[in-house]
Amino acid sequence: MMPLMEFNGLNKQKPYRAPSDVPFVIGLCLLGGVYVALILGMLLADAAYLHPSDFVQIFQSPEIRYATRLSLISSSLAALLSLWVAVPIGYLLSRFKFRGKSLLDAVLDIPIVLPPLVIGLSLLILFQTGLGRAVEKVIPITYAIPSIIIAQFVVACAFAVRTMRSTFDQIDSRREDVACTLGCSRSQAFWRVAFPEARRGMLTAGTLAWARSFGEFGPILIFSGATRMRTEVLPTSVFLEMSIGNIEGAVAVSMLMIAVAVVVLVVVRGWGAKEMLR
Amino acid sequence: MIKVDQVTVHAGDFELTDISFEVPTGDYCMLMGRSGCGKTTLLESICGLRKISAGRIFLMGQEVTHERAANRGIGFVPQDLALFPTMTVREHLAFALTLRKTEKKTIDRRVAELSELLDIVDLLDRKPAGLSGGESQRVALGRALSAAPGILCLDEPLSSLDAEARQEICDLLRRIKQETHVTTLHITHNNLETEVLADQLLRLEGGAVRLL
Repeated sequence: MMPLMEFNGLNKQKPYRAPSDVPFVIGLCLLGGVYVALILGMLLADAAYLHPSDFVQIFQSPEIRYATRLSLISSSLAALLSLWVAVPIGYLLSRFKFRGKSLLDAVLDIPIVLPPLVIGLSLLILFQTGLGRAVEKVIPITYAIPSIIIAQFVVACAFAVRTMRSTFDQIDSRREDVACTLGCSRSQAFWRVAFPEARRGMLTAGTLAWARSFGEFGPILIFSGATRMRTEVLPTSVFLEMSIGNIEGAVAVSMLMIAVAVVVLVVVRGWGAKEMLR
Repeated sequence: MIKVDQVTVHAGDFELTDISFEVPTGDYCMLMGRSGCGKTTLLESICGLRKISAGRIFLMGQEVTHERAANRGIGFVPQDLALFPTMTVREHLAFALTLRKTEKKTIDRRVAELSELLDIVDLLDRKPAGLSGGESQRVALGRALSAAPGILCLDEPLSSLDAEARQEICDLLRRIKQETHVTTLHITHNNLETEVLADQLLRLEGGAVRLL
Protein backbone atom coordinates (compact mmCIF):
# COMPACT_ATOMS: atom_id res chain seq x y z
CA MET A 1 0.00 0.00 0.00
CA MET A 2 1.24 3.53 -0.86
CA PRO A 3 2.26 5.49 2.27
CA LEU A 4 -0.23 8.22 3.06
CA MET A 5 2.34 11.02 2.88
CA GLU A 6 3.90 9.92 -0.44
CA PHE A 7 1.57 10.09 -3.39
CA ASN A 8 2.15 10.63 -7.10
CA GLY A 9 1.90 14.06 -8.62
CA LEU A 10 3.32 16.06 -5.71
CA ASN A 11 6.53 17.85 -6.65
CA LYS A 12 8.72 17.48 -3.57
CA GLN A 13 11.83 18.84 -5.30
CA LYS A 14 10.52 22.40 -5.30
CA PRO A 15 9.15 23.54 -1.92
CA TYR A 16 5.69 25.05 -2.15
CA ARG A 17 5.37 28.82 -1.75
CA ALA A 18 1.95 30.51 -1.48
CA PRO A 19 1.25 33.30 -4.02
CA SER A 20 2.14 36.84 -2.88
CA ASP A 21 -0.49 38.91 -1.00
CA VAL A 22 0.76 42.13 -2.59
CA PRO A 23 -1.46 42.09 -5.75
CA PHE A 24 -4.54 41.47 -3.59
CA VAL A 25 -3.79 44.38 -1.26
CA ILE A 26 -2.94 46.65 -4.22
CA GLY A 27 -6.25 45.66 -5.85
CA LEU A 28 -8.18 46.56 -2.69
CA CYS A 29 -6.38 49.89 -2.35
CA LEU A 30 -6.91 50.75 -6.02
CA LEU A 31 -10.63 50.00 -5.99
CA GLY A 32 -11.22 51.81 -2.69
CA GLY A 33 -8.84 54.60 -3.63
CA VAL A 34 -10.77 55.53 -6.77
CA TYR A 35 -13.89 56.24 -4.71
CA VAL A 36 -12.05 58.15 -2.00
CA ALA A 37 -10.25 60.19 -4.69
CA LEU A 38 -13.61 61.01 -6.30
CA ILE A 39 -15.02 62.30 -2.99
CA LEU A 40 -11.92 64.33 -2.14
CA GLY A 41 -11.73 65.61 -5.73
CA MET A 42 -15.30 66.94 -5.47
CA LEU A 43 -14.55 68.69 -2.19
CA LEU A 44 -11.28 70.19 -3.43
CA ALA A 45 -12.95 71.37 -6.64
CA ASP A 46 -15.70 73.04 -4.57
CA ALA A 47 -13.15 74.68 -2.30
CA ALA A 48 -11.02 75.86 -5.22
CA TYR A 49 -14.10 77.37 -6.89
CA LEU A 50 -14.71 79.72 -3.99
CA HIS A 51 -13.20 82.97 -2.83
CA PRO A 52 -13.05 83.55 0.96
CA SER A 53 -15.43 86.48 0.49
CA ASP A 54 -18.13 84.01 -0.66
CA PHE A 55 -17.99 82.39 2.78
CA VAL A 56 -18.14 85.75 4.53
CA GLN A 57 -21.19 86.58 2.44
CA ILE A 58 -23.10 83.42 3.34
CA PHE A 59 -22.21 83.69 7.03
CA GLN A 60 -23.59 87.23 7.05
CA SER A 61 -26.79 86.22 5.26
CA PRO A 62 -29.74 85.98 7.71
CA GLU A 63 -31.46 83.57 5.28
CA ILE A 64 -28.56 81.11 5.41
CA ARG A 65 -28.27 81.45 9.20
CA TYR A 66 -32.01 80.69 9.47
CA ALA A 67 -31.68 77.72 7.08
CA THR A 68 -28.71 76.34 9.06
CA ARG A 69 -30.62 76.57 12.32
CA LEU A 70 -33.74 74.99 10.82
CA SER A 71 -31.71 72.22 9.14
CA LEU A 72 -29.99 71.31 12.41
CA ILE A 73 -33.21 71.32 14.45
CA SER A 74 -35.40 69.52 11.91
CA SER A 75 -32.75 66.84 11.15
CA SER A 76 -32.24 66.18 14.86
CA LEU A 77 -35.99 65.86 15.48
CA ALA A 78 -36.40 63.63 12.42
CA ALA A 79 -33.51 61.44 13.62
CA LEU A 80 -35.02 61.13 17.12
CA LEU A 81 -38.44 60.27 15.66
CA SER A 82 -36.80 57.74 13.33
CA LEU A 83 -35.07 56.00 16.24
CA TRP A 84 -38.30 56.04 18.25
CA VAL A 85 -39.98 54.07 15.46
CA ALA A 86 -37.02 52.07 14.10
CA VAL A 87 -36.10 50.39 17.41
CA PRO A 88 -39.47 48.65 17.93
CA ILE A 89 -39.90 47.78 14.24
CA GLY A 90 -36.34 46.47 14.00
CA TYR A 91 -36.87 44.34 17.11
CA LEU A 92 -40.23 43.06 15.86
CA LEU A 93 -38.78 42.03 12.49
CA SER A 94 -35.73 40.46 14.06
CA ARG A 95 -37.36 38.44 16.85
CA PHE A 96 -40.90 37.52 15.82
CA LYS A 97 -42.36 35.33 13.09
CA PHE A 98 -45.81 36.40 11.94
CA ARG A 99 -48.05 36.30 8.93
CA GLY A 100 -47.41 39.19 6.54
CA LYS A 101 -43.83 39.73 7.76
CA SER A 102 -42.41 39.71 4.19
CA LEU A 103 -45.05 42.20 3.12
CA LEU A 104 -44.24 44.49 6.07
CA ASP A 105 -40.56 44.16 5.19
CA ALA A 106 -41.28 45.23 1.60
CA VAL A 107 -43.50 48.14 2.69
CA LEU A 108 -40.70 49.44 4.92
CA ASP A 109 -38.40 49.58 1.88
CA ILE A 110 -40.78 51.77 -0.14
CA PRO A 111 -39.30 55.10 1.08
CA ILE A 112 -35.86 53.83 0.06
CA VAL A 113 -36.82 52.83 -3.48
CA LEU A 114 -39.31 55.61 -4.28
CA PRO A 115 -37.94 58.71 -6.04
CA PRO A 116 -37.75 61.55 -3.47
CA LEU A 117 -40.11 63.73 -5.51
CA VAL A 118 -42.75 61.00 -5.42
CA ILE A 119 -42.49 60.85 -1.63
CA GLY A 120 -43.05 64.62 -1.45
CA LEU A 121 -45.99 64.40 -3.83
CA SER A 122 -47.52 61.48 -1.92
CA LEU A 123 -47.21 63.40 1.36
CA LEU A 124 -48.81 66.44 -0.24
CA ILE A 125 -51.75 64.33 -1.45
CA LEU A 126 -52.03 62.53 1.92
CA PHE A 127 -52.53 65.85 3.70
CA GLN A 128 -55.25 66.80 1.19
CA THR A 129 -57.40 63.82 2.26
CA GLY A 130 -60.09 64.13 4.93
CA LEU A 131 -57.81 62.85 7.69
CA GLY A 132 -54.95 65.05 6.51
CA ARG A 133 -57.15 68.15 6.49
CA ALA A 134 -58.38 67.31 9.99
CA VAL A 135 -54.77 67.18 11.21
CA GLU A 136 -53.98 70.43 9.38
CA LYS A 137 -56.80 72.15 11.27
CA VAL A 138 -55.01 71.36 14.55
CA ILE A 139 -51.39 71.79 13.41
CA PRO A 140 -50.58 73.40 10.06
CA ILE A 141 -48.36 70.89 8.26
CA THR A 142 -48.13 71.46 4.49
CA TYR A 143 -45.79 74.31 3.49
CA ALA A 144 -44.96 74.79 7.19
CA ILE A 145 -42.03 73.67 9.34
CA PRO A 146 -43.67 70.36 10.52
CA SER A 147 -43.81 69.26 6.87
CA ILE A 148 -40.00 69.45 6.71
CA ILE A 149 -39.64 67.15 9.72
CA ILE A 150 -42.23 64.71 8.33
CA ALA A 151 -40.59 64.62 4.89
CA GLN A 152 -37.16 64.02 6.45
CA PHE A 153 -38.58 61.42 8.86
CA VAL A 154 -40.31 59.35 6.14
CA VAL A 155 -37.07 58.71 4.27
CA ALA A 156 -34.62 58.66 7.19
CA CYS A 157 -36.72 56.23 9.22
CA ALA A 158 -36.56 53.57 6.50
CA PHE A 159 -32.75 53.59 6.76
CA ALA A 160 -32.89 53.57 10.56
CA VAL A 161 -35.24 50.55 10.47
CA ARG A 162 -32.80 48.60 8.26
CA THR A 163 -29.94 49.43 10.63
CA MET A 164 -31.89 48.47 13.76
CA ARG A 165 -33.09 45.23 12.19
CA SER A 166 -29.53 44.14 11.45
CA THR A 167 -28.44 45.35 14.91
CA PHE A 168 -30.97 43.10 16.64
CA ASP A 169 -30.18 40.25 14.20
CA GLN A 170 -26.58 40.42 15.40
CA ILE A 171 -27.56 40.37 19.09
CA ASP A 172 -27.94 36.76 20.23
CA SER A 173 -31.57 36.20 21.25
CA ARG A 174 -30.31 33.48 23.59
CA ARG A 175 -29.52 36.11 26.21
CA GLU A 176 -33.14 37.25 26.20
CA ASP A 177 -34.20 33.58 26.53
CA VAL A 178 -32.00 33.22 29.60
CA ALA A 179 -33.40 36.48 31.00
CA CYS A 180 -36.88 34.97 30.58
CA THR A 181 -35.91 31.88 32.56
CA LEU A 182 -34.68 34.24 35.30
CA GLY A 183 -38.13 35.83 35.53
CA CYS A 184 -38.29 38.46 32.78
CA SER A 185 -41.35 39.11 30.66
CA ARG A 186 -40.54 39.71 26.97
CA SER A 187 -40.74 43.43 27.62
CA GLN A 188 -38.35 43.25 30.58
CA ALA A 189 -35.95 41.07 28.56
CA PHE A 190 -36.02 43.71 25.82
CA TRP A 191 -35.44 46.71 28.10
CA ARG A 192 -32.90 45.09 30.41
CA VAL A 193 -30.93 42.90 27.99
CA ALA A 194 -31.45 43.65 24.28
CA PHE A 195 -31.89 47.43 24.46
CA PRO A 196 -28.62 48.18 26.31
CA GLU A 197 -26.79 45.93 23.87
CA ALA A 198 -28.29 47.78 20.91
CA ARG A 199 -26.75 51.14 21.92
CA ARG A 200 -24.05 51.05 19.26
CA GLY A 201 -26.61 50.17 16.58
CA MET A 202 -28.89 52.97 17.78
CA LEU A 203 -26.06 55.44 17.49
CA THR A 204 -25.36 54.25 13.94
CA ALA A 205 -29.07 54.35 13.03
CA GLY A 206 -29.43 57.81 14.61
CA THR A 207 -26.45 59.31 12.80
CA LEU A 208 -27.51 57.70 9.53
CA ALA A 209 -31.03 59.09 9.94
CA TRP A 210 -29.64 62.51 10.89
CA ALA A 211 -27.28 62.63 7.90
CA ARG A 212 -30.03 61.46 5.56
CA SER A 213 -32.43 64.11 6.94
CA PHE A 214 -29.80 66.85 6.77
CA GLY A 215 -29.27 66.26 3.05
CA GLU A 216 -32.94 65.67 2.17
CA PHE A 217 -34.26 67.93 -0.57
CA GLY A 218 -36.74 66.36 -3.01
CA PRO A 219 -39.68 65.65 -0.68
CA ILE A 220 -39.13 68.97 1.12
CA LEU A 221 -39.29 70.96 -2.11
CA ILE A 222 -42.68 69.46 -3.00
CA PHE A 223 -44.24 69.11 0.46
CA SER A 224 -42.83 72.18 2.22
CA GLY A 225 -42.09 74.54 -0.65
CA ALA A 226 -38.99 76.73 -0.81
CA THR A 227 -39.98 79.92 0.99
CA ARG A 228 -37.07 81.97 2.32
CA MET A 229 -36.97 82.42 6.09
CA ARG A 230 -39.89 80.02 6.41
CA THR A 231 -39.36 76.51 5.01
CA GLU A 232 -35.79 77.00 3.85
CA VAL A 233 -33.32 74.33 4.91
CA LEU A 234 -29.74 74.25 3.63
CA PRO A 235 -30.41 72.02 0.59
CA THR A 236 -33.24 74.44 -0.29
CA SER A 237 -30.73 77.32 -0.01
CA VAL A 238 -28.42 75.59 -2.51
CA PHE A 239 -31.39 75.22 -4.88
CA LEU A 240 -32.52 78.85 -4.42
CA GLU A 241 -29.01 80.23 -4.92
CA MET A 242 -28.64 78.11 -8.08
CA SER A 243 -32.01 79.23 -9.39
CA ILE A 244 -30.95 82.89 -9.26
CA GLY A 245 -27.63 82.09 -10.92
CA ASN A 246 -25.48 82.56 -7.81
CA ILE A 247 -23.30 79.51 -8.29
CA GLU A 248 -20.66 80.78 -5.82
CA GLY A 249 -23.35 81.15 -3.15
CA ALA A 250 -24.67 77.65 -3.88
CA VAL A 251 -21.19 76.13 -3.64
CA ALA A 252 -20.46 78.07 -0.43
CA VAL A 253 -23.68 76.75 1.18
CA SER A 254 -22.72 73.24 0.01
CA MET A 255 -19.33 73.60 1.71
CA LEU A 256 -21.07 74.87 4.85
CA MET A 257 -23.32 71.80 4.80
CA ILE A 258 -20.33 69.49 4.50
CA ALA A 259 -18.54 71.25 7.37
CA VAL A 260 -21.60 71.16 9.67
CA ALA A 261 -22.30 67.49 8.86
CA VAL A 262 -18.68 66.46 9.46
CA VAL A 263 -18.54 68.31 12.80
CA VAL A 264 -21.85 66.82 14.01
CA LEU A 265 -20.96 63.27 12.92
CA VAL A 266 -17.46 63.42 14.43
CA VAL A 267 -18.80 64.79 17.74
CA VAL A 268 -21.62 62.21 17.93
CA ARG A 269 -19.32 59.29 17.04
CA GLY A 270 -16.65 60.48 19.46
CA TRP A 271 -19.21 60.75 22.23
CA GLY A 272 -20.65 57.37 21.23
CA ALA A 273 -17.24 55.68 21.30
CA LYS A 274 -16.66 57.07 24.81
CA GLU A 275 -20.09 55.81 25.93
CA MET A 276 -19.36 52.32 24.58
CA LEU A 277 -16.17 52.12 26.62
CA ARG A 278 -18.00 52.82 29.86
CA MET B 1 -38.99 17.10 40.95
CA ILE B 2 -38.96 17.12 37.15
CA LYS B 3 -41.49 14.95 35.37
CA VAL B 4 -41.65 14.74 31.60
CA ASP B 5 -44.71 12.82 30.51
CA GLN B 6 -45.07 11.59 26.90
CA VAL B 7 -43.65 14.78 25.49
CA THR B 8 -43.36 15.37 21.75
CA VAL B 9 -41.34 18.31 20.55
CA HIS B 10 -40.34 19.55 17.09
CA ALA B 11 -37.26 21.58 16.22
CA GLY B 12 -37.28 22.22 12.46
CA ASP B 13 -37.17 18.80 10.77
CA PHE B 14 -36.07 17.15 14.01
CA GLU B 15 -38.64 15.49 16.25
CA LEU B 16 -38.60 13.86 19.67
CA THR B 17 -41.67 11.73 20.27
CA ASP B 18 -43.29 10.39 23.39
CA ILE B 19 -40.45 11.15 25.80
CA SER B 20 -41.01 10.32 29.46
CA PHE B 21 -38.75 10.41 32.51
CA GLU B 22 -38.71 11.68 36.07
CA VAL B 23 -36.05 13.24 38.29
CA PRO B 24 -36.90 13.02 42.04
CA THR B 25 -36.62 16.14 44.19
CA GLY B 26 -33.05 16.87 45.27
CA ASP B 27 -31.45 14.45 42.79
CA TYR B 28 -28.61 15.36 40.48
CA CYS B 29 -29.59 13.79 37.18
CA MET B 30 -27.29 13.62 34.20
CA LEU B 31 -28.69 13.18 30.70
CA MET B 32 -26.33 11.69 28.15
CA GLY B 33 -26.66 11.10 24.44
CA ARG B 34 -24.88 11.60 21.12
CA SER B 35 -24.60 15.03 19.53
CA GLY B 36 -27.80 15.99 17.72
CA CYS B 37 -29.97 13.45 19.55
CA GLY B 38 -32.15 16.23 21.01
CA LYS B 39 -30.79 16.71 24.54
CA THR B 40 -30.74 20.52 24.29
CA THR B 41 -34.17 20.57 22.62
CA LEU B 42 -35.55 18.56 25.53
CA LEU B 43 -33.86 20.80 28.10
CA GLU B 44 -35.21 23.94 26.40
CA SER B 45 -38.70 22.44 26.44
CA ILE B 46 -38.43 21.87 30.19
CA CYS B 47 -37.23 25.45 30.65
CA GLY B 48 -40.19 26.77 28.62
CA LEU B 49 -38.08 28.12 25.77
CA ARG B 50 -39.52 25.70 23.23
CA LYS B 51 -43.17 24.79 22.81
CA ILE B 52 -44.05 21.11 22.95
CA SER B 53 -46.54 19.57 20.53
CA ALA B 54 -47.89 16.96 22.94
CA GLY B 55 -47.45 15.64 26.47
CA ARG B 56 -47.09 17.32 29.85
CA ILE B 57 -44.28 18.72 31.96
CA PHE B 58 -44.38 18.90 35.77
CA LEU B 59 -41.92 20.82 37.93
CA MET B 60 -42.00 20.55 41.71
CA GLY B 61 -45.37 18.85 41.54
CA GLN B 62 -47.01 21.57 39.43
CA GLU B 63 -47.94 21.19 35.78
CA VAL B 64 -46.08 23.87 33.79
CA THR B 65 -46.74 22.61 30.25
CA HIS B 66 -48.23 25.93 29.16
CA GLU B 67 -46.45 28.15 31.68
CA ARG B 68 -44.06 30.84 30.47
CA ALA B 69 -40.33 30.34 31.09
CA ALA B 70 -40.35 33.24 33.56
CA ASN B 71 -42.81 31.47 35.87
CA ARG B 72 -41.21 27.99 35.93
CA GLY B 73 -38.68 28.70 38.69
CA ILE B 74 -35.76 27.19 36.80
CA GLY B 75 -32.15 28.30 36.87
CA PHE B 76 -30.83 27.70 33.35
CA VAL B 77 -27.22 27.70 32.21
CA PRO B 78 -27.04 27.30 28.42
CA GLN B 79 -24.03 25.81 26.69
CA ASP B 80 -22.87 29.20 25.38
CA LEU B 81 -23.59 30.73 28.86
CA ALA B 82 -25.25 33.80 27.24
CA LEU B 83 -23.85 36.23 29.80
CA PHE B 84 -25.10 39.81 29.45
CA PRO B 85 -22.22 41.84 27.96
CA THR B 86 -23.44 45.20 29.28
CA MET B 87 -23.68 44.03 32.91
CA THR B 88 -21.06 43.50 35.59
CA VAL B 89 -20.74 40.20 37.44
CA ARG B 90 -22.49 41.82 40.42
CA GLU B 91 -25.42 42.81 38.18
CA HIS B 92 -25.60 39.25 36.85
CA LEU B 93 -25.90 37.85 40.37
CA ALA B 94 -28.50 40.47 41.31
CA PHE B 95 -30.49 40.24 38.05
CA ALA B 96 -33.19 37.73 39.05
CA LEU B 97 -33.57 39.38 42.47
CA THR B 98 -34.07 42.91 41.10
CA LEU B 99 -36.83 41.50 38.88
CA ARG B 100 -38.50 40.21 42.03
CA LYS B 101 -38.16 43.66 43.62
CA THR B 102 -36.05 42.25 46.44
CA GLU B 103 -34.73 44.75 49.02
CA LYS B 104 -31.27 46.09 48.23
CA LYS B 105 -29.89 44.83 51.54
CA THR B 106 -31.08 41.30 50.79
CA ILE B 107 -29.66 41.47 47.26
CA ASP B 108 -26.27 42.62 48.57
CA ARG B 109 -26.25 39.78 51.10
CA ARG B 110 -27.18 37.21 48.44
CA VAL B 111 -24.55 38.53 46.01
CA ALA B 112 -21.91 38.29 48.76
CA GLU B 113 -23.01 34.76 49.66
CA LEU B 114 -23.03 33.52 46.06
CA SER B 115 -19.76 35.18 45.14
CA GLU B 116 -18.16 33.45 48.16
CA LEU B 117 -19.58 30.07 47.15
CA LEU B 118 -18.49 30.52 43.53
CA ASP B 119 -15.15 32.14 44.41
CA ILE B 120 -15.78 35.21 42.26
CA VAL B 121 -15.58 37.92 44.94
CA ASP B 122 -12.74 39.68 43.09
CA LEU B 123 -14.64 39.67 39.81
CA LEU B 124 -17.82 41.43 40.98
CA ASP B 125 -17.13 44.71 39.18
CA ARG B 126 -15.85 43.13 35.96
CA LYS B 127 -17.86 42.61 32.77
CA PRO B 128 -18.03 39.24 30.93
CA ALA B 129 -15.59 40.36 28.22
CA GLY B 130 -12.71 40.22 30.71
CA LEU B 131 -13.48 36.78 32.15
CA SER B 132 -11.89 33.39 31.42
CA GLY B 133 -13.98 30.35 30.47
CA GLY B 134 -14.06 29.00 34.03
CA GLU B 135 -14.88 32.41 35.52
CA SER B 136 -17.70 32.92 33.00
CA GLN B 137 -19.08 29.51 33.91
CA ARG B 138 -19.11 30.46 37.60
CA VAL B 139 -20.94 33.71 36.83
CA ALA B 140 -23.54 31.87 34.73
CA LEU B 141 -24.06 29.41 37.60
CA GLY B 142 -24.38 32.27 40.09
CA ARG B 143 -26.89 34.07 37.89
CA ALA B 144 -28.96 30.87 37.60
CA LEU B 145 -28.83 30.17 41.35
CA SER B 146 -29.43 33.70 42.64
CA ALA B 147 -33.20 33.51 43.07
CA ALA B 148 -32.88 30.08 44.72
CA PRO B 149 -34.66 28.14 41.96
CA GLY B 150 -36.22 24.77 42.70
CA ILE B 151 -34.57 23.32 39.61
CA LEU B 152 -31.24 23.84 37.91
CA CYS B 153 -30.80 22.99 34.21
CA LEU B 154 -27.24 22.83 32.88
CA ASP B 155 -26.45 22.34 29.21
CA GLU B 156 -22.96 20.83 28.92
CA PRO B 157 -21.43 23.22 31.43
CA LEU B 158 -17.97 21.67 31.24
CA SER B 159 -17.61 21.04 27.51
CA SER B 160 -15.80 24.24 26.53
CA LEU B 161 -13.37 24.33 29.48
CA ASP B 162 -9.74 23.27 29.69
CA ALA B 163 -8.86 20.33 31.97
CA GLU B 164 -8.01 22.48 35.00
CA ALA B 165 -11.12 24.64 34.79
CA ARG B 166 -13.22 21.55 34.17
CA GLN B 167 -12.01 20.00 37.40
CA GLU B 168 -12.67 23.26 39.28
CA ILE B 169 -16.22 23.60 37.96
CA CYS B 170 -16.86 19.91 38.55
CA ASP B 171 -15.83 20.38 42.21
CA LEU B 172 -17.98 23.50 42.38
CA LEU B 173 -21.03 21.65 41.00
CA ARG B 174 -20.49 18.95 43.62
CA ARG B 175 -20.35 21.62 46.31
CA ILE B 176 -23.51 23.30 44.99
CA LYS B 177 -25.19 19.89 45.00
CA GLN B 178 -24.18 19.26 48.61
CA GLU B 179 -25.01 22.74 49.90
CA THR B 180 -28.22 23.52 48.01
CA HIS B 181 -29.75 20.09 47.26
CA VAL B 182 -31.30 21.72 44.21
CA THR B 183 -32.87 19.27 41.75
CA THR B 184 -30.52 19.34 38.79
CA LEU B 185 -30.72 18.17 35.19
CA HIS B 186 -27.26 18.26 33.65
CA ILE B 187 -26.58 17.42 30.01
CA THR B 188 -23.18 15.89 29.32
CA HIS B 189 -21.06 13.80 26.97
CA ASN B 190 -18.48 12.94 29.55
CA ASN B 191 -18.58 9.68 31.52
CA LEU B 192 -16.07 10.98 34.10
CA GLU B 193 -18.42 13.78 35.18
CA THR B 194 -21.23 11.31 35.67
CA GLU B 195 -19.14 9.24 38.08
CA VAL B 196 -18.44 12.27 40.27
CA LEU B 197 -21.81 14.02 40.17
CA ALA B 198 -24.72 11.86 39.10
CA ASP B 199 -27.36 10.45 41.44
CA GLN B 200 -29.27 9.33 38.40
CA LEU B 201 -28.07 8.74 34.86
CA LEU B 202 -30.34 8.90 31.82
CA ARG B 203 -29.51 8.27 28.18
CA LEU B 204 -31.40 9.79 25.26
CA GLU B 205 -31.03 7.34 22.41
CA GLY B 206 -33.14 6.38 19.41
CA GLY B 207 -35.79 8.91 20.40
CA ALA B 208 -36.31 7.48 23.89
CA VAL B 209 -34.93 8.21 27.35
CA ARG B 210 -33.80 5.21 29.38
CA LEU B 211 -32.47 4.98 32.90
CA LEU B 212 -28.91 3.62 33.18
